[in-house]
Amino acid sequence: MSEWWTYRLEDFLMFSPATYQRMFALYNAQVWPAQWVALPLGLWLLWLAAQRPAWGARMACTILALAWACTAWAFHAQRYASVHTAAPWFAAAFMAQALLLAGAARTTGAWPRRASPAWARGIGWGLLAPAVLLWPAVAMLLGRPWQQAALFGLTPDATAVATLGLLLLLPARAPWLWALPLLWCAISAATLWTLAMPEWWLLAMAAALALTGAMGPRCRMPTHG
Amino acid sequence: MPSPADPTRRQWLLGAAAAWPSGLLHAAAAQTVPGLLTRPIPSTGDALPVVGLGSWVTFNVGDDPQGRAAATAVVRAFFAAGGRLIDSSPMYGSAQAVIGQALTQLGRPAALYAADKVWVSGAERGRSQIATSRQHWQLQRPFDLLQVHNLLDWETHLPHLFEMKAAGQLRHVGITTSEGRRHRAFATIMERHPLDCVQLSYNLLDREAEQRLLPLARERNIAVLVNRPFRQGALLAALQRHPLPGLAAEIGCRHWAQVALKFVLSHPAVTCAIPATSQVAHLQQNMEAARGPMPDAALRRRMAEHVAAL
Repeated sequence: MSEWWTYRLEDFLMFSPATYQRMFALYNAQVWPAQWVALPLGLWLLWLAAQRPAWGARMACTILALAWACTAWAFHAQRYASVHTAAPWFAAAFMAQALLLAGAARTTGAWPRRASPAWARGIGWGLLAPAVLLWPAVAMLLGRPWQQAALFGLTPDATAVATLGLLLLLPARAPWLWALPLLWCAISAATLWTLAMPEWWLLAMAAALALTGAMGPRCRMPTHG
Repeated sequence: MPSPADPTRRQWLLGAAAAWPSGLLHAAAAQTVPGLLTRPIPSTGDALPVVGLGSWVTFNVGDDPQGRAAATAVVRAFFAAGGRLIDSSPMYGSAQAVIGQALTQLGRPAALYAADKVWVSGAERGRSQIATSRQHWQLQRPFDLLQVHNLLDWETHLPHLFEMKAAGQLRHVGITTSEGRRHRAFATIMERHPLDCVQLSYNLLDREAEQRLLPLARERNIAVLVNRPFRQGALLAALQRHPLPGLAAEIGCRHWAQVALKFVLSHPAVTCAIPATSQVAHLQQNMEAARGPMPDAALRRRMAEHVAAL
């Protein structure tokens, strides 16, 4: 790209706000009744994080891996690609994150009793719960049809924010698991800002909070003896 | 410009009948709507209405039925108002396919002047992309104009486009740039190659093209298509916060869009402006700018000064 410094965000915007918003309604109709799978999976994720069974961390990583893979294929490759030439690249990145999470599911340990300080766990819950429970209602709260609901596990923003939240609650904070969710938050926030859609700040704030939680000090793990 | 009834014009059409594929002849023979200002492409004399139709953003609606219906309505209104030139690019997502569907639904209007671009690196990929673009447009004839988009790999594509033109597979060859980028390289190509057409950004606020490219186009007899006459809507959004100035009435303008378009169209080097829209009402306002009086040099200066002062 020559004279790259002359480009603005608007130059990369390929579609109108109406097209972007209606895309979610078309997508929900296309993947129906996958919502009946995605929503319970999200609720199960919340239950796992709350109840913390010994096998729960691995299962949580597996659910996240499924969510990223599903979003890669169904949303980016099958839907977003019809209006965005970069969507195949987004699909590849989301599939890579799914593989990383699948790898983490094999290696992660049990939930730690206190891997993070309370404030960081609070941030984790503050991202995870709204991503699963409130994100689908954002379109409606902003006056758009309920058919444009964006669900965790099917759409990228809710999936990325839920992942950032859960990463703050998981026993290990492998840095490579953070990069793509944070990058997606930046890309999507920029897209929404350029489209003059007010939810851009939700993503920007989610990314900022997640970074704060990730960079903060961790609690010492209890030692034996 | 001779009228369709003019013997010279008729001779040209008869000559074209022998030398040119039938679909393009239909386009060339399309009747001009009375009162609609046209300008010739200097290299061939083909007359084009001065307002065309762009497709960046507005026609990239994917398979959204509502978006596609709106695009078809805009294309229908465009031809009804006497429009001919529709411009797209492989870079514009689904816009080519949306145009293709609209044209098919409208019975492939004979007046169409189909302008597209090649936007890829490599000769083979360029050929393949042109063929794919034609499929998207559902064209049963060659493109009228192919342009090297933003000069991407122009050294490879221009010779091929000139070969296509020589073989009767293309009417006109061009290059494009946008938002003032690479003007120096753009001018060099204009000086050294027999281009029929160039496409560049020009509007009330972005006037860099006046310095070198527009005079050079006149000097070299190259047609000029103007993209982003409204700065992708941002210029109009800013202007519409202000009342329409008195000078608008002098040139028969009822909307800011018409003031902005008439400023662009009144530059003597400009052949056609290609604003994009997804709304029929805006399309009709744009097409009205191709009628009535155009500003002279003095009024153009006043227009630019007025807008700069807002």
